[in-house]
Amino acid sequence: MPTSSVRELDVAEITAVVKKLCIESNYDLPDDVYEALQSGKEAEESPVGRAVFGQLIENADIARRDRVPICQDTGFAVFFVKLGQDVHLAGGDFTAAVSEGVRQGYAEGYLRKSIAEEPAQARRNTKDNTPAVIHTEIVPGDAVEMWMMAKGGGAENMSSLNMLKPSQGWRGMVDAVVDTVSRAGSNPCPPVVIGVGIGGTIDMVTVLAKKALLRDIGSVHPDERIAAMEAELLQKINALGVGPQGLGGTQTCLGVFIEEMPCHIASMPLAVNVQCHAQRHKYVVL
Amino acid sequence: MAAKEIRTPLSDEVVEGLHAGDEVVITGVVYQARDAAHKRLVELLETGEAMPFNLQGAVVYYMGPSPAKPGNVIGSAGPTTSGRMDAYAPKLMAKGLKGMIGKGLRTPEVKQAMQRHKAVYFAATGGAGALLAQRIVANEVIAWPELGAEAVARLEVKDFPAIVVNDCHGGDLYEEGRARYEKTV
Repeated sequence: MPTSSVRELDVAEITAVVKKLCIESNYDLPDDVYEALQSGKEAEESPVGRAVFGQLIENADIARRDRVPICQDTGFAVFFVKLGQDVHLAGGDFTAAVSEGVRQGYAEGYLRKSIAEEPAQARRNTKDNTPAVIHTEIVPGDAVEMWMMAKGGGAENMSSLNMLKPSQGWRGMVDAVVDTVSRAGSNPCPPVVIGVGIGGTIDMVTVLAKKALLRDIGSVHPDERIAAMEAELLQKINALGVGPQGLGGTQTCLGVFIEEMPCHIASMPLAVNVQCHAQRHKYVVL
Repeated sequence: MAAKEIRTPLSDEVVEGLHAGDEVVITGVVYQARDAAHKRLVELLETGEAMPFNLQGAVVYYMGPSPAKPGNVIGSAGPTTSGRMDAYAPKLMAKGLKGMIGKGLRTPEVKQAMQRHKAVYFAATGGAGALLAQRIVANEVIAWPELGAEAVARLEVKDFPAIVVNDCHGGDLYEEGRARYEKTV
């Protein structure tokens, strides 16, 4: 008999949780984002900018009360999953179970289906918002942790990947991040949230940038070195003057979050994932 | 400053009276159209076929709503990024389009066409789709229902809030607003 116990988890539970995550993330703006909108309204110097914050707060209130989407772009369903290695997923295919949850959530929640297949040519709508994007990490333990983001297209389009030279250093990174937000201007629905990936490889750096967006706005990075980098970026982005909706103002960005990992001695990868103010993210543990 | 009340369709006179930074509330009919619909609208123009709506003085709203819940006129209905329609907008303005509602930057070609044809670009608040949907009082799909959220719909709006970003005089609120709050650090 094996001495370690394996926890059995029916994938039907995954489907049920995914469905709920899709609907609730689109109706209920997370508390950290709501509070950031309120403090942004206080801090904003532009009267037009303050009015925009006021509309966004009212919009979040209406969505929560009437159970309607915060934004009509209900996003690409992106999942980060930490799968405990002592879990046995039983009763079916994990990916299919996630897809089924997305299908049910987007149908029953009256969410917009925004995924097109054959992107280069036909661009046919898949009509159920699948497939989802799923990032899985295998970790010790017998829990399954899931983070869901409903990622809108307008802000995602303004993101950037920069394969910098090591000689460009941190200065080069600051310039590239600030330039990404500057060029984006009004397009990604500022005030934005910025996820920054540093290091790794071309694939990993973009995953890091997206993962960085899972942090709560207002949270300070536990590593003082990274916290200082985040603060510097936030200050420089807000100095751009882009402001809420790009109409001019002091509050262009609600938060900058960095995830880093070591990289090749020849490389200095940097990814900037731009997120609109409707930062719909939700966490659950099974 | 109180918002200017404007009604659609727009005349040259009304367009000339609007300036970058003006807050407006729009009442009347606007036409919902985004990427796929624009591609088809311009194809119709080029082949000389009938348009699904009269372009004279018309206002388009770059928007693809979420599905309406039972009993609601429309789902969430905020603006999408206008830049994706830049390739098509000057051709529509040349045929009478007077107003565009969306969000985000336009190309120099679009801004020049707005001056040439006397048209105006309004921004509505992106990501305020639940709020903006409350100002839409009627909604009827009039072309290409198979496009789903990308179909063309005739929307009646009442006191729909927007702000003039690009006017027909060359004014640009995105540039002016940003310059006002830019700081050196």
